Amino acid sequence: MNTILHPILEVHHLNKSYKDFALQDVSFSLPEGCITGFIGANGAGKTTTLHTLLGLTGADSGEIRFFGMDMREQAEEIKNRIGVVLDSNCFYEGLTLNQMKNIIAPAYSRWCEEDYQRYLRTFSLNPKQTIKTLSKGMRVKYALTLALSHKAEFLIMDEPTSGLDPLIRSQVLGILADYMENGGRGVFFSTHITSDLDKIADTLILIDDGKILFQEEKDVLLDSYRIVKGDVCWLTADTRPLFINVSETAFGFTALTRQAARVQAMMPEAVMERPHIEDIMLGVIGENVPAKERR
Amino acid sequence: MKIVISNTSDLPLYQQIKDQIKDAILREELTQGDALPSIRSFANDLKVSVLTIRRVYEELEKEGFVTSQVGIGTFVSAGNLDLLRDSKRRLVEEKMQDIIHTAKSLSITKEELMEMMDILYEEE
Repeated sequence: MNTILHPILEVHHLNKSYKDFALQDVSFSLPEGCITGFIGANGAGKTTTLHTLLGLTGADSGEIRFFGMDMREQAEEIKNRIGVVLDSNCFYEGLTLNQMKNIIAPAYSRWCEEDYQRYLRTFSLNPKQTIKTLSKGMRVKYALTLALSHKAEFLIMDEPTSGLDPLIRSQVLGILADYMENGGRGVFFSTHITSDLDKIADTLILIDDGKILFQEEKDVLLDSYRIVKGDVCWLTADTRPLFINVSETAFGFTALTRQAARVQAMMPEAVMERPHIEDIMLGVIGENVPAKERR
Repeated sequence: MKIVISNTSDLPLYQQIKDQIKDAILREELTQGDALPSIRSFANDLKVSVLTIRRVYEELEKEGFVTSQVGIGTFVSAGNLDLLRDSKRRLVEEKMQDIIHTAKSLSITKEELMEMMDILYEEE
């Protein structure tokens, strides 16, 4: 303890322009030992960022470092040490799981057949099954099996839990938690299922319209906001500015605030609750809307 | 050890967890040399961030309630008995302040309160 957490991934001033979309000055740093959730609306730039990190699309400018190594100089060494699960996992549909594995395994110097077999069993995957007959959930499990079978120290995943039923999702989250039991590792995954992150994430990064809106420890973030519920007549010119995203009905209002202490003082009878990540995400993106409309 | 995290509390998560571990040490549910869970498994069980548990352990260590050995774990260190006794007194004092506050708001006098205390203390 009291040791400094080394960054596993550092991204500095990443820029990438497309005709109608741009990643703008994306910078963040992921400490080791942490699961980081990458959140944002559809089209906010999550997948573009992940692809750029992995060198699948080139960046216009910026620096990417995994384990302290520059991605431009040591891409091969880096890729050997990370596991990847992408939304658009490219497998040869006609092959069986084992045949596909035999193509992928030699690419990794630390491929571990034992781990591979173990994850197949954990996920009840049949190695003789053809890839095209896999369901969506089994595909993710297979992709995860491959990503976890070469002693990867860092996992990057794009929407690994989307389209999965709650049972499989919780199994996947359990596997991630187990994976993290070993020190010095990290997980970075994008998702729009924020309830998964409420359960498992340590830090969060929110991207909107190609820009990072925040990177924050999950619990610090949740501690700094409160959901307030109360009588609509308490909303006055004085109290309104304390809130983000106010929704009013005939029966009362619900709003998000960053100033819980002041709200408490001005509305002593208001009900205060700890928010979920989704509440904060909606509030913060809502605040950022004017920037979007300027485009 | 029981740890309950309240979703309506004003206290930050790390504070809630830290206070409850301290209480467990003061109540001697946790004693000298007991190992605390690993940061990751504790975080998983409580559904909080590892960074929060790190902070809890770091602060408990700073306050002398635990010691941690890199790569081995975090252990209860009840060695500093004065500190413990002091904290125990403070725990009771805090509760007493609550009682006094409630009593005052219900206009119960100091004498009445002392009487109640006498009766209840003997009953225990």
